[in-house]
Amino acid sequence: MSRQRALLRTARLIALLVVAATGPARADTLVADLTSHLIGITSGFTGASVVLFGATDGPGDIVVVVRGPDREMTVRRKGKVLGIWVNTAQVAFANVPSFYALAASRPVEEAIAPATAALYRIGVGNLRIEAKSPARPEAAAAFAQALIRQQQADGLFPTAVGKIAFLGERLFRTTISFPANVPTGTYLIEIFLVRDKDVVSGQTTPLVVSKVGLDAAVVEFAGRQAAIYGLIAVLMAMMAGWLASLPFRGI
Amino acid sequence: MDIYLPIAEVSLDVFVLLGLGAAVGFLSGVFGVGGGFLLTPLLIFIGVPPAVAVASSANQLVGASVSGVIAHWRRGNVDFKMGFVLLLGGFAGSLLGVWLFALLKRIGQVELAVSLLYTILLGTLGGLMMIESGRTTLRHRRRGAARRKLHQHNWLHGLPLKTRFRRSKLYISALLPIGLGFGVGVLSAIMGIGGGFMMVPAMIYMLGMPTTVVPGTSLLQIIFVAANVTILQAYTNRTVDAVLALLLLVGGVLGAQIGSRFGTRLRAEQLRFLLAVMVLAVAAKLAYDLTVRPTDLYSIVTDKE
Repeated sequence: MSRQRALLRTARLIALLVVAATGPARADTLVADLTSHLIGITSGFTGASVVLFGATDGPGDIVVVVRGPDREMTVRRKGKVLGIWVNTAQVAFANVPSFYALAASRPVEEAIAPATAALYRIGVGNLRIEAKSPARPEAAAAFAQALIRQQQADGLFPTAVGKIAFLGERLFRTTISFPANVPTGTYLIEIFLVRDKDVVSGQTTPLVVSKVGLDAAVVEFAGRQAAIYGLIAVLMAMMAGWLASLPFRGI
Repeated sequence: MDIYLPIAEVSLDVFVLLGLGAAVGFLSGVFGVGGGFLLTPLLIFIGVPPAVAVASSANQLVGASVSGVIAHWRRGNVDFKMGFVLLLGGFAGSLLGVWLFALLKRIGQVELAVSLLYTILLGTLGGLMMIESGRTTLRHRRRGAARRKLHQHNWLHGLPLKTRFRRSKLYISALLPIGLGFGVGVLSAIMGIGGGFMMVPAMIYMLGMPTTVVPGTSLLQIIFVAANVTILQAYTNRTVDAVLALLLLVGGVLGAQIGSRFGTRLRAEQLRFLLAVMVLAVAAKLAYDLTVRPTDLYSIVTDKE
C-alpha cells in the first residue's frame, strides 16, 4: 500500500518536472519561495503565517496547494442498536493529509480545468483518499466525505481559498495561515503556474512545522524516557498538592 | 491568554484551565471523589484529545488528592489502615481491569462500554443515595437528631479475617474492603478514573464507615490509583500532558483545600444528598448522549503519523 503511494507520488513529481521542462517557456518560468521554512511552536503559539512570494515570466494564474504530512485515520459511524448509539461501522484511510489549504489568484474553478485540477490533486474533492479496508466503494465515499467535513470543521482543511495578489504582471505574493492546532511535520507547498486553464509550470518547496524550546523538550523527554517522565509527573503533582496545603495549615 | 499544550497539541486559555481545575478540586475536597468523572469529559469538551484528557486528569488527580488528604488528615479524618487494605484489593483489581480494557479495545467498543458502565453505575448509585439521604433528612426534621445504630449487622459480618479499624469505629472482615477495592479497581482501570464516586457510597453503605472519615480515606487510595494510572499511561501511550496537568493542579490543589473545609461544615446527609445530585446529573447527561441521535454520526481517530 505504502509502496503504491510512493509510486504515485513519484509519478506526480515526474509530471511536475516534465511540465517544468517542456512548458512553453524554457527556463525559470516560475520562481517562488517562502519568507521562512520553519514554523516553531512555542508555549504562546496561537497560529502562524508565512509569506510566499515569487515571479513568473509573463501573465498567468497562480494556484498554491499547502499539504501537511499524511496520516492514517479511521472514521467510525454510529448506528442505533437497542435504543442506544453505538459505533457500528468503520473505514480506515491510509493517506489523509493532516492539513490541506489552497490559495489562488482567481477562483480555482475559473483558473484551471477540472481534469487538470484532478491530476494535480487541487481541491479537497481531488484528494483521492484511499480506504485501507476496501469496503463497498460507495460506503467508503461517504466515510471520506465525513472525514473531510470533520477536518474542515477543525480548521485543518480551510474552506476559504487564500488570495494571491499580483504586483504588476509578474510578481506575486500570498500569506499562508496556519491555525493553533496545526499538525507538526514536513509540509509540501506546491506552486502552479496556470495558463489557458492548464498547468505550464510548477515548483515545490518544503515547510517544517515543529515544536521548539521547552515544548519540544517536554515532548522529546516524554517520548524517550516515558517511565521517568511519568514518575516525574506524579512527583510534581504530589509536590503541588503538598505545597498548596501549607498556607492552609491551622485554619 | 492562550497556552500551547505540547502533548495535547492544542492551544487553550490558561484561565479556563485554572478555573476548571479549581472547580473539580473543590468538589473532590468536599466529597472525597477524585472528580475524574467530571474533569475528563470537560477536557474533551474544550478540545483536548480524549486519550490525553484521561491520562492528564489522572495526573492532576494525584495532586488534588494529596492536597485533600493532608487537609482531612489534619482533622484526623483519614483511616490509613482502611485506605491501605482497600488499595491492596485495588491493585489486584486494576490488573484485571487493564486486561479487560485491552480486550474491549480490540473489539472496538471501549467507548460504549465506558459510557454504559458510567450511566448504569452512576444512575444506580446516585438514585440509591438520593433516596437514603432524603429519608434521613426527613427523619431529622420529624424527631430531631434521633440516634440510630451505627450500621446493620448481616451475613457480611460473618466473614473471617476480622480486623479492627479504629478510626472508622469498625470491627469487620478485611475481606470486605479488599473485595470492594478489587471491584472498584477493575472498573476504574476500564473507565480511566480514580473511582472515588463508586468508592465513597460503597464505604458509607457497604462498610458502614462514618461519613466524616470517608472523603479523606477515599482520597488516600485515589492518590495511589491515579499515580499508577499516570505512570502506566505515560509509559504505554505517552498521553500525559504535564503542562496541562500542572495548570489544572494549580487550580485543583487550592480548590481541594477550600472544598475540604466547606465539606466539614455540611451535615453528613446533606453531603450525601449533594453528591447524589451531582452523580445523577452526570448519569443523565451520559444517558442523553447515548440515546439521542448524535449531530454527526461519524467520528474520526488519527491512528498513525
